[in-house]
Amino acid sequence: MDTPPKAIAGVSTFLDDRLGAGSFLKRNLRKMFPDHWSFLLGEIALYSFVVLLLTGTFLTFWFKPSMGHVMYEGSYEPLKGIMMSEAYASALNISFDVRGGLLIRQIHHWAALLFVAGMMVHMLRVFFTGAYRKPRELNWLIGIGLLTLALFEGLTGYSLPDDLLSGAGLRITQGVILSIPLIGTYIQFFLFGGEYPGEDIISRFFTLHILLIPGILLALITAHMILMWVQKHTQMPGKGRTEKNVVGAPFYPAFMAKAGAYFLFTFGVLALLGTFAQINPIWLFGPYTPADISAGSQPDWYMGFLEGSLRLMVPWEINLFGTSGGTIPLSVLIPALVPLGIIMTGLALYPFLEQWVTGDRREHHIADRPRNNPHRTSIGFAAITFYGILWLLGANDEISANFHIGLYETTMFGRVAIFVGPVIAYFVTYRICLGLQRKDAEIVSHGVESGVIKRMPNGEYIEVHTPPADDILAHLRGKKEIPIIEGGADREGIPPKGARSLIGRLRAKMSRAYGTDRIPLEEGHGEEHVAVGAGERKEVH
Amino acid sequence: MIGTGRSVKSITARRRHPLARFAVVALALGLLGGGYALAAPNGGTADAAVASGKADDVAKGKDLFVAHCASCHGLNAEGTKSGPTLVGVGAAAVDFQVSSGRMPASDPGAQAPRKPLDEWVTPEAIDQLSAYVQSLGGGPTRPSAEQVDPAKGDPAKGGELFRANCIQCHNFVGAGGALTYGKYAPPLHESSPTQIYEAMATGPQAMPVFNDSVITPEQKRDMIAYITSVRGQADPGGASLGRIGPVTEGLVAWIVGISLLVLAAIWITAKKRQAHS
Repeated sequence: MDTPPKAIAGVSTFLDDRLGAGSFLKRNLRKMFPDHWSFLLGEIALYSFVVLLLTGTFLTFWFKPSMGHVMYEGSYEPLKGIMMSEAYASALNISFDVRGGLLIRQIHHWAALLFVAGMMVHMLRVFFTGAYRKPRELNWLIGIGLLTLALFEGLTGYSLPDDLLSGAGLRITQGVILSIPLIGTYIQFFLFGGEYPGEDIISRFFTLHILLIPGILLALITAHMILMWVQKHTQMPGKGRTEKNVVGAPFYPAFMAKAGAYFLFTFGVLALLGTFAQINPIWLFGPYTPADISAGSQPDWYMGFLEGSLRLMVPWEINLFGTSGGTIPLSVLIPALVPLGIIMTGLALYPFLEQWVTGDRREHHIADRPRNNPHRTSIGFAAITFYGILWLLGANDEISANFHIGLYETTMFGRVAIFVGPVIAYFVTYRICLGLQRKDAEIVSHGVESGVIKRMPNGEYIEVHTPPADDILAHLRGKKEIPIIEGGADREGIPPKGARSLIGRLRAKMSRAYGTDRIPLEEGHGEEHVAVGAGERKEVH
Repeated sequence: MIGTGRSVKSITARRRHPLARFAVVALALGLLGGGYALAAPNGGTADAAVASGKADDVAKGKDLFVAHCASCHGLNAEGTKSGPTLVGVGAAAVDFQVSSGRMPASDPGAQAPRKPLDEWVTPEAIDQLSAYVQSLGGGPTRPSAEQVDPAKGDPAKGGELFRANCIQCHNFVGAGGALTYGKYAPPLHESSPTQIYEAMATGPQAMPVFNDSVITPEQKRDMIAYITSVRGQADPGGASLGRIGPVTEGLVAWIVGISLLVLAAIWITAKKRQAHS
């Protein structure tokens, strides 16, 4: 048993001598991966991407990225004899006349939705646990880049079939480009090869969608994975977990099996959706003609927040020198750029802003529990609310039609909620975090309720508390102090150098607010409860 | 006709008679008025009840009108503050509104919704009401069975017309959509071919009128063929998700897709390894 069969030994020695694979594998196969369900969320995106590459390749075999006019002769009756672009005709062909084509198309589209959704939940996990902190800031930035590219990948992808719905998205894209001052018109003519819609945009989007953007995505995903591998995974606080180790399962065999299973789960869910839930039924939408537009024209979900911001915007525009000097349509420019800018820039800058505020330059490999950094968590939920309101209002016509709410009322609600909602979310989240911290502090100092009621000699009833289990206690005690920069005046009343300017004072103030621990774990005074608990247990045994 | 110069001369002379102009005007007026009187009531497409002389339908219709409609539309359909005049709306409008349950309206909202029919609303009662309203001032009449037969229409042509004229409000395949101030374009799932035709001809509630010069009766039949064929079509891709586009798809991606995968992640990682012995 100890010596491998010759057939295997011979080949592996051959490879090992030439690639040095043996020592590489020896080092890396035993790499530890921590076990927490939230650490698998990013893999939803990774495996969806794999499925996207495979199904996308299949689709390119039959898709014709051309806007040349043809008459539809395929097997879908209600469109027979209609003039349409070759792109649309070939997408219909894939749906109705290529064996398995519709299934693959639907899996591809569902995978696209889950690709972005997986990225987003993964990003939220990283944000709320502070896993973006040093040394992982660069990987965080790569992640932001991936998310942004995924939006463009999606936009170019759902425009390709050239159906009436995708045309509406294309028209908005063109409108946004036109709204850019000075150069907008030129960019539009450059991108579309002339007047809208022209004859070029589908083939250009095709190249972007199947070559350029996936290429960059693949490169960035590889970099993302390598950095993760080299820097190792963060882990939740717990027993035996330190900043210097990783507690979990080795890559081979445990984590590999789990990751493999999770790929199959992802693929399974995508196949399930692709089989049983119809997505993007382009044959119902009809071919694109710029003159037609439908109610319920919405983008795929990840563009919904942009749609919502466009629908919420008030009709502002600036006319320079009358209308002859050019119009700056703020009603398009602001909703197209500002929310996207706030969210993406905010995400990209947050690790650095946090470092600046806390002055924390240490490396962090133990993740924060969200409650233990209440300001970060509250900022996160304010951002989610901001995004969520825009996203929700992107569907305001469907909400209005299906729930019988006035259309204008939804818009007015959104215009107020977009400012008020995040503030409310911030304060509510903050209070919830403090409440949860208080509960932790109570468990650490008082223990957990044992369910045993004891009557004291003086007639008082108390519930006996027992100390929490070791692993739970270690998890709770994993709470880390958030550093605060020196901002206070020294004995002579002179503040330190950095804190003298206006920005310096603001920074010191923010640092105090961000870092002050309002519910320290050790504040407890419940010694007698634990003592009684211990006594009780002795009596029972 | 006229063979000699003399008779031409005599006609010319009579034409220049001082009374000739009055005679011409009188003749023209007489022809116009008489012709209108002859043509207007049954004008070829007038309601069957009136044309076949069933005047008692009109009388019965008036009774029904007074009982069920007059409180809003006035005793003589002249209209009140709470309901428009029905003079000239035609039998098609009556049939559309009453057969779909929209009228009589249950409450004066922004728009009367489709609802189950009252007990008194029988095809016969609708005939009588239609005859009465048609008798008030004409208007679009009800289409014949042949005019709305989906089998005789071309769904492909109808689809193009539908996309050009209807989907702005009714959504890609008639799922309906929102309008302003509480109004909405209703879904077309339950509309009968006749109702679809009548809606186009009369423009009920918030809908514009697509009369025969805008969309010909044949084109209307093509559109009916498209609407009925597409709504009866099985969804080849699985559950339809309401056929309202990406909103429900996004919901499913998150609620079904992400939830299932989160559950799978929790399940995979929850299996505790056995301690080394």
